[in-house]
Amino acid sequence: MRQTPASRLGHFGLGLTAALVLAFLMAPLIVIVLFSFKDSGDFTFPITGWSLKWYRDFFTSPTWMAALQNSLILAVSTTLLATPLGTMAALGLAAPQLPGRRLISAFLLIPMIAPVVIVGVGMYFVFSMTGLTATFPGLILGHTSLAVPFVVVTVSAVLTGLDRRLLWAAASMGAPPLLTFRKVTLPVILPGIASGALFSFATSLDEVVVTMFLAGPGQRTLPREMFTIARDTLTPTIAAAATVLIAASIVLLIASSVLGRSNR
Amino acid sequence: MTERPTADPAVPPIVSFRSVTKRYDPKSTVVDDLSLDIVKGEFLTLLGPSGSGKTTTLMMLAGFEWPSSGRIFMDGQDITDLPPHKRDLGVVFQSYALFPHMSVADNVAFPLAVRNVSAEEKKRRVAEALELVHLSGFGDRKPGQLSGGQQQRVALARSLVYRPRIVLMDEPLGALDKALREQMQLEIKQIHRQLGVTFVYVTHDQDEALTMSDRVAVFHEGRIQQICSPVEIYRRPRTRFVASFLGETNMLPGTVVGADGAMAEIKLANGVVLRGLAGEGIAAGKEAVLVVRPEAIPEIHAADAGGNAIEGTLLDQLFHGDHVRVRITVAGGQTVQLKLRPQACSGLPAAGETLRLSIPVEEALILA
Repeated sequence: MRQTPASRLGHFGLGLTAALVLAFLMAPLIVIVLFSFKDSGDFTFPITGWSLKWYRDFFTSPTWMAALQNSLILAVSTTLLATPLGTMAALGLAAPQLPGRRLISAFLLIPMIAPVVIVGVGMYFVFSMTGLTATFPGLILGHTSLAVPFVVVTVSAVLTGLDRRLLWAAASMGAPPLLTFRKVTLPVILPGIASGALFSFATSLDEVVVTMFLAGPGQRTLPREMFTIARDTLTPTIAAAATVLIAASIVLLIASSVLGRSNR
Repeated sequence: MTERPTADPAVPPIVSFRSVTKRYDPKSTVVDDLSLDIVKGEFLTLLGPSGSGKTTTLMMLAGFEWPSSGRIFMDGQDITDLPPHKRDLGVVFQSYALFPHMSVADNVAFPLAVRNVSAEEKKRRVAEALELVHLSGFGDRKPGQLSGGQQQRVALARSLVYRPRIVLMDEPLGALDKALREQMQLEIKQIHRQLGVTFVYVTHDQDEALTMSDRVAVFHEGRIQQICSPVEIYRRPRTRFVASFLGETNMLPGTVVGADGAMAEIKLANGVVLRGLAGEGIAAGKEAVLVVRPEAIPEIHAADAGGNAIEGTLLDQLFHGDHVRVRITVAGGQTVQLKLRPQACSGLPAAGETLRLSIPVEEALILA
């Protein structure tokens, strides 16, 4: 195709806009990562010397390590709970004979759409009636309810691509429903389940609003600790902690895209 | 004309549909009071346009759809409420329905694994089945690495490897190109002959139905219009729908003026009276059509030959190599198509000339 000057200008404009948007999205992250390696304890440019001391601070501080441990326990528990629940919900929603399917699906997705603050306040009231506030089970349940919609969405997406005839073929060959599920449905939808699990993990790992409402002193998580410290004593250790979280998120992102590719 | 034994009372049918009706809502009846016997070992084709109920009938036999009323029997057992995995059938789908995460060999071995067949025997039977469909050596590939035709062969092998009582095929060649389709038709037919398994085949392709089947059931609006051998259904269609759905045909409307048992006479719009075989429900005074195939009129006469004939003017002729297509406008304005051997066209008059078509009485059908 021949390029006219106008179309060349258009391409340039598009590229420039895209670059600006990307820079706008990336700049805060890049700044944080840079400050985490800066040797002096202030958040100003220019950076004159580099150091890993904020990482040493982070990895040797009992408070930060407890927070990291709590975050990981929560994220793993949330994933283990939300993945099977969300998968089962998606399977149920995929059944053509289910009455009120749209309504149920809307209800399931509410925690994803409703403002988190409202969800957090609501959970605080309900959980305090049942004694679940300031407990790990309470926090796990809170995170799970935020994570389940992600699993429902990712698993539903692969289920719509699952040819019903595969299940029919398996049945015609004599496979009972449970065997068909294990040998056919599960392997085919596994990439969707896995990316739902990754989303659950990530959701729990960086959740701060619901945690603020539900957690007691025993459940300090990494994002919550960062939030608290950012408010009173701003030290670059927070930048180191943030960089660790960013790195974890990138690993999860790569993992999910690799899963997506192996699906094809 | 050989009438194939549709239901030999000595041999009980392998499958019987008894007054089976399927409707999704009160207004739309997909299958309407269907009764059908399937003979053990036959190749039965359910033929019809889309929405005629043929696929729904197949799916009810497989157990993926349930009748709204009526019963289905297999080997004398009522299977109406039996779940699909207990029916011992093989199903081949148009979309192949191969398991994408399993190798070709694992796909074919799946029904054997379900039946807990030993590893050795499984290996042997998978190899046999792949050989049957000319895919030996493809066992390690994934379905995604095969062409459409090869995938359908794998699906076929998979549906045969456990020797089910019946193999059901839902437009299995619909996604393949014409040349491959014709080759697969031959292969499927040969496999049917070789194994002697009962095949029930759904298609909307009349050529496929005619070339492959022992019997053809033509579906229209949820009912079987006619069920008999391909030759019979082509030469003696029972309804206008069957006549027009299978092959090309000429239909000349008129009024029945006389009916005496097997024969009837019809008066066409231009007043000409022609004789033909009487279809069902033909009686004097009724509206009807004269049905005659384009190749059933052997020759054309210049004029006044008499007999069972109609006059017309030659519109045009198209040379097709093995045959010549001749179009003739008969009085009343209708066009009649003929397929003639090239040799029979040497004495044809020029376009616009009047001529006479002799219609052999035994090739003309008068249908209500």
